[in-house]
Amino acid sequence: MLWIAFAGLFLFSGATYLFARRGAHAAAVGASRRPHSLPGQQAAYVTIWALIPAFLLLFALLSFGGRIETALLSAELPAAVQALQPDRQELFIQDAHAVAEGRGTSAATYDGPLKAALDAKVAQARVYDALILWGGIALAAVIALAGSLLAWRRLGPDFRARNRAEGWVNVLLILCSAVAVLTTVGLIASLLFESLRFFQIIAPVDFLTGLHWSPQTALREDQAGSAGAFGAVPLFVGTLLIMTIAMVVAAPIGLYSAIYLSEYAGPGMRAWAKPLLEILAGVPTVVFGVFAALTVGPAFAWFFNMIGGMLVGGPLDGIGQYLSQVQSNMALAAGVVMGIMLIPFISSLSDDILNAVPQALRDGSYAMGATKSETVRKVVLPAALPGVAGAFILAISRAIGETMIVLLALGSGGGTNLTFNPLDAVSTVTVQIVSLLTGDLEFDRPTTMAAFGLGLTLFVVTLALNIVALRIVKAYREQYD
Amino acid sequence: MTDAALTPAPAPALSAVRAAAEKRLKKRHAAEARFRAYGLTAIALAIGFLAFLLVNLTMQGIGAFTTNTFTMPIFVDPARIDARDLQGANYDMLVADQLLARLGVENDELGENSLKAKDLMSPDLGYQVLDRLKADPSLIGRTITVSAPVAGNADLYYKGELGREIAEENRKLDNQQLDWLDTLKAAGLVTSGFNTRLFTHADSTQPELAGLLGAIVGSALMLLVTALVAVPTGVLAAVYLEEFAPKNRLTGFIEVNINNLAAVPSIVYGMLGLAVFINWLQFPRSAPITGGVVLALLVLPTIIIATRSALKSVPPSIREGALAVGASPTQAVFHHVLPQSMPGIMTGVILALAHALGETAPLLMIGMVSFVPSVPEGLTSAATVLPVQIFIWENASERAFHERTAAAILVLLVFMIIMNAIAIVLRRRFERRW
Repeated sequence: MLWIAFAGLFLFSGATYLFARRGAHAAAVGASRRPHSLPGQQAAYVTIWALIPAFLLLFALLSFGGRIETALLSAELPAAVQALQPDRQELFIQDAHAVAEGRGTSAATYDGPLKAALDAKVAQARVYDALILWGGIALAAVIALAGSLLAWRRLGPDFRARNRAEGWVNVLLILCSAVAVLTTVGLIASLLFESLRFFQIIAPVDFLTGLHWSPQTALREDQAGSAGAFGAVPLFVGTLLIMTIAMVVAAPIGLYSAIYLSEYAGPGMRAWAKPLLEILAGVPTVVFGVFAALTVGPAFAWFFNMIGGMLVGGPLDGIGQYLSQVQSNMALAAGVVMGIMLIPFISSLSDDILNAVPQALRDGSYAMGATKSETVRKVVLPAALPGVAGAFILAISRAIGETMIVLLALGSGGGTNLTFNPLDAVSTVTVQIVSLLTGDLEFDRPTTMAAFGLGLTLFVVTLALNIVALRIVKAYREQYD
Repeated sequence: MTDAALTPAPAPALSAVRAAAEKRLKKRHAAEARFRAYGLTAIALAIGFLAFLLVNLTMQGIGAFTTNTFTMPIFVDPARIDARDLQGANYDMLVADQLLARLGVENDELGENSLKAKDLMSPDLGYQVLDRLKADPSLIGRTITVSAPVAGNADLYYKGELGREIAEENRKLDNQQLDWLDTLKAAGLVTSGFNTRLFTHADSTQPELAGLLGAIVGSALMLLVTALVAVPTGVLAAVYLEEFAPKNRLTGFIEVNINNLAAVPSIVYGMLGLAVFINWLQFPRSAPITGGVVLALLVLPTIIIATRSALKSVPPSIREGALAVGASPTQAVFHHVLPQSMPGIMTGVILALAHALGETAPLLMIGMVSFVPSVPEGLTSAATVLPVQIFIWENASERAFHERTAAAILVLLVFMIIMNAIAIVLRRRFERRW
């Protein structure tokens, strides 16, 4: 229903614009002198007053209507309901709301006095529902009509409609820019709020230096040692391990492709190699994840099992036994596939950076008799080093925050042991966030709050890496400008 | 004269120097060739990975685009179905028993054989019989023809996977069931064809019944929300920052802020969505509107950065020309600069939306990972999207879902390639050098 109200409001505003423009035009044609503003600008002014206040009201209704109704419904609860636990009371209100909207299937679970109370609440909810909805829509209609009429009455040859309308456009532009800032505020606030509650239960030092991570065992709060289960070091090690493998794969391949593309390749080769790398960069990470889980992981496991099978019984029996037990959800597979994902990222960033090295440096080197590769290694790369380092740091930051590849390759379940072995299953910060926050969740449990603690850590680390990288790249660009 | 006498003396030294120099040169040229080869190898590897990825996924997924359909007349036995209680009858067993009869196999005392026959066919056969009876109860006692896909494992067998080369105890279907499947195929009851169901149905717990339509519609709805929120906001924010904003500390901070937002891990946006939109603003869980808004915030920095660079590429003379003939700054921007930079903006917007289409992690946070067996009806109904559908199917245990995972990836990649191609065409076609 609200959507129809929105659509109606937009239709009304459009009609207002057309009508006001015609009116302003007619007034201008008959007038003895030119009005200050064009008819379109006068109409825009009227439209702003027709649209914006009513739109804000409807939007508020959309965002907070449900909460107002819940608050009203919770105001006076029957005794039978008040006897319930607080969370059951909430559920009761929700159910009443659902039944009132005609989608209640859970109503059957109530009987006796609760059933009677529910029926009463449902009737009440229907009334409030209608009141809030129709009251809000009627109010919005009045506001839209009054706004447009009042604005229309102010129009005249001397009225500076253009400046007013442009002033409002400017406000709109500033608001749009503010969304970016608000997003940051929202990110930090949402992470910080839950994290602070988490850190009241678990000391930050224990979280950052603890060597044991098993959040599921802490479900029962009376359990011994439940606080010790939130040591995030195994996750940090797992993240670093996978990031290192990824960079070992991506850094040389990405850098060498960038060098070849910027220093050696002719325009023909660039014309087809660069789009192909762009396609690789555009492949969604979930696809890489499936690739790791269905193809790379099993292939690696088969390979290591085969080697292990050959070693078993020989002088290296211990290693053989271990290798033949290797599972496909190993850190190595996730790292290698993540490395493949990072290749185009590193390559395109490094390509830009190498191209920014002035040609004069290369020419000077050639004039001294250096070969192309010597020029690249001894002149271009050292000159581009800060930029390349910045590109690598950005890639590292991406590897740390990457979720889907690791989630699919490693699985969300096991492997939270502290290990540096790339053939073992590990877990990362992102994987733990997903497994803690998906499924049925109550917000007050330490497990969900722990996810926000991990999220905050992730945010801070990637933000720091980014700021450093952007500084380096910027300083480097200015050096040659 | 003296020259002739002198030349022989330093000759050996010179040749030694030359030999050494040539040796060194050879080494340097070899190093050069090696370096070049490294570069070529790196590019070949990168493109080889891409080719391998695509070929591998195509090989895995291509099978899911065909399916084997089973068609058989079913006698609606009045002895087994009570017209007053249609729901109460067991239609799966009705179909299975008639299948056994058709195969000429006697059912044993425990009914094991009919259970085995039931495993070969999709439960949709039973639902279809029930639906037909609900529509027309007079069909009881008559024979109706129903048609549905064979079960996932049987389908894989027909496609040459999970065949007899695998030891019987490692298979879901035993030798007897495979014999039956061969008989059915030979009798012409099973036909192979294009899997239209993949594009006309939503998700299901049965691999043979699962389709992508729900996910495709969900993705479309979500992208619609993302575009409606992110494109106007991003473009207008970029216009402000590039054209109107005074150069002071605040705008400098906003700029740094946007650059940093572009590199925040996507999963953190999911946590923002969970904490702010779902918990605080009470948006519906797993709905396209919630996912769309979260992804809009995710791609907003990308759109702002792309729009700014498009605006920057419009030469100042356009702006100044408009101002010179009396346009206000707002008119100069909205009537002249913005239209001129539209192709660049559209390219950036399409690439950003393509990114949003492939994004998965933040959507897991806001509950889009739940099982949704119906096509979403609106922006607030529970839905899933293509990348999340891929994730869900990959996590399913049945082999037949793996084939569909790869097929879903191919569908997703086709959409991404279409979007990217549009962006490239726009860039090529409307790119203007000033």
